[in-house]
Amino acid sequence: MNTELLKLLENDARLTASQLAVMLDGDAEQIAKELEEYEKNGTILGYKAIVDWEKTEQESVTAMIDVKLTPQRDRGFDRVAEKIYNYPEVKSVYLMSGAYDLSVLIEGKTMKEVAFFVSQKLAPIEAVISTATHFVLHKYKDKGVLYDASEIDERGNV
Amino acid sequence: MIDYGKVLSRTVVETPKSGIRKFFDLMSTMKDVVGLTVGEPDFQTPWHIREAGIASLEKGRTYYTANAGLMELRQEINNYMTRRFSVSYDPASEVIVTVGGSEAIDLAFRAVIEAGDEIIIPTPSFVCYAPLARIAGGVPVILETKFEDKFKIDPEALKAAITPKTKMLVLPYPNNPTGAIMTRQELSEIAEILRDTNILVLSDEIYAEMTYTGDHCSIASLEGMWERTIIASGFSKAYAMTGWRMGYLCAPAPIAEQMLKLHQYGIMSSPTTAQFAAIEALKNGEEDIRMMVNEYNRRRRYIYNGLKSIGIESFEPEGAFYIFPKIGDYGLTGEEFCSKLLYDYKCAIVPGSAFGQGGENFARISYAYSIQHITQALERIEAFVKTL
Ligand SMILES: Cc1ncc(COP(=O)(O)O)c(C=O)c1O
Repeated sequence: MNTELLKLLENDARLTASQLAVMLDGDAEQIAKELEEYEKNGTILGYKAIVDWEKTEQESVTAMIDVKLTPQRDRGFDRVAEKIYNYPEVKSVYLMSGAYDLSVLIEGKTMKEVAFFVSQKLAPIEAVISTATHFVLHKYKDKGVLYDASEIDERGNV
Repeated sequence: MIDYGKVLSRTVVETPKSGIRKFFDLMSTMKDVVGLTVGEPDFQTPWHIREAGIASLEKGRTYYTANAGLMELRQEINNYMTRRFSVSYDPASEVIVTVGGSEAIDLAFRAVIEAGDEIIIPTPSFVCYAPLARIAGGVPVILETKFEDKFKIDPEALKAAITPKTKMLVLPYPNNPTGAIMTRQELSEIAEILRDTNILVLSDEIYAEMTYTGDHCSIASLEGMWERTIIASGFSKAYAMTGWRMGYLCAPAPIAEQMLKLHQYGIMSSPTTAQFAAIEALKNGEEDIRMMVNEYNRRRRYIYNGLKSIGIESFEPEGAFYIFPKIGDYGLTGEEFCSKLLYDYKCAIVPGSAFGQGGENFARISYAYSIQHITQALERIEAFVKTL
């Protein structure tokens, strides 16, 4: 497993195979093959832009919902998780240790839309015992990227 | 009216401004310039190091320290030098914490130079050696290193430069701006020449952590060299701590004692907050260095190959974070090349002439920038070179 390669891409997905090859002192064709392999076997799941929606006209709210469940016979939490993650507005679903079972991250256009999702879609699921919805007020940092960082290079020249 | 022509020090007035600065002033008057000019890391100081500085402020540690610096810091410096380069110094009498490597270099010159002493300075090299040596009363003797020799000191040329007045050799490796290093083998040839003389060595090892083809070797670790070597180093580059102004000197006690007097009267003690941060850096910063050096190494390969594919020849740098391409083949001097590149293609690099004799046909490019930034600059350089 080429973790250095994966880390570089995790940091900047736009690097091309030939750029990566030079940086890693490797062979471009070989790297392209490796990437294809990672894409096929699901090690690399996608390449996406990180968008700060606050800078756009698009209204958007994010909420994190703590969900408590009763475990279901045979399949534990998997089936409930599946039911939840199939909603397109749900961006992530994590199984958690601790006070609750699933952490659900959802994005909607308005708070009303999120509230509607919780009361009409999430809460009625049979195994769901309770939910606690936390709205995100501002993103400072996401996926390792700062949202408010200034772009100005203030380094002096010596 | 006061006549400033009469009141200022002639030596200082005649000292030229840094050529890097000149070019930077030009660049800062223009918009949308993609620059590869800075000589400092683009990383921030690792958070745990910054935190140690903050914690020291919170605890109210806002006093002067001992002139030579906090004892714990001097001990950590010695541990570090021993661990990394197999050279040891008594923290009580042979280590001085300075305001950057810059002060360290200045102290070394001023503590040893008598009027008329010759200081051998290999060039191209960092801009401060000749001016500081001259202001201290010395006479810089330039030892030009060559592209063909990978910008290393040629032992024969060194021999030829030595006279009865030679006081000191400056050893600027790993080198800013060329990216050259000198290996143990190559240093031992230099050591051989100096061993039975009264010539000192000022070894500027500020880029010691940034080597890509093998570990840095300190000349002080070679037989007969410890007693004549002053090591100037610091935290700026290795730990991305330029703004903290933390450097140090390691030297035999008789020399350190004199340097300490200059530091005592001129500085008192180095900034206390920064000293606490520096302790944390030495204790727990090795992982940070590795992360940053790996990143520089990837950029180094990237820019070396990028220039090569444009058709610009460079010596493949082995240390620091600069590449020194040979741009003299286009019928322009380095200065002309860089000015045209700046004015017409909005890309800034520093003319090699800023780093002294032997740099005229070169330019310094710093790769302390993101790959995307470097890519953008390379595109502009390529577009420019195509017109030549
Ligand atoms: C070769 C060399 N020595 C010394 C210094 C001084 O650095 P500082 O005073 O930040 O320690 C620099 C800075 O650019 C350098 O390039």
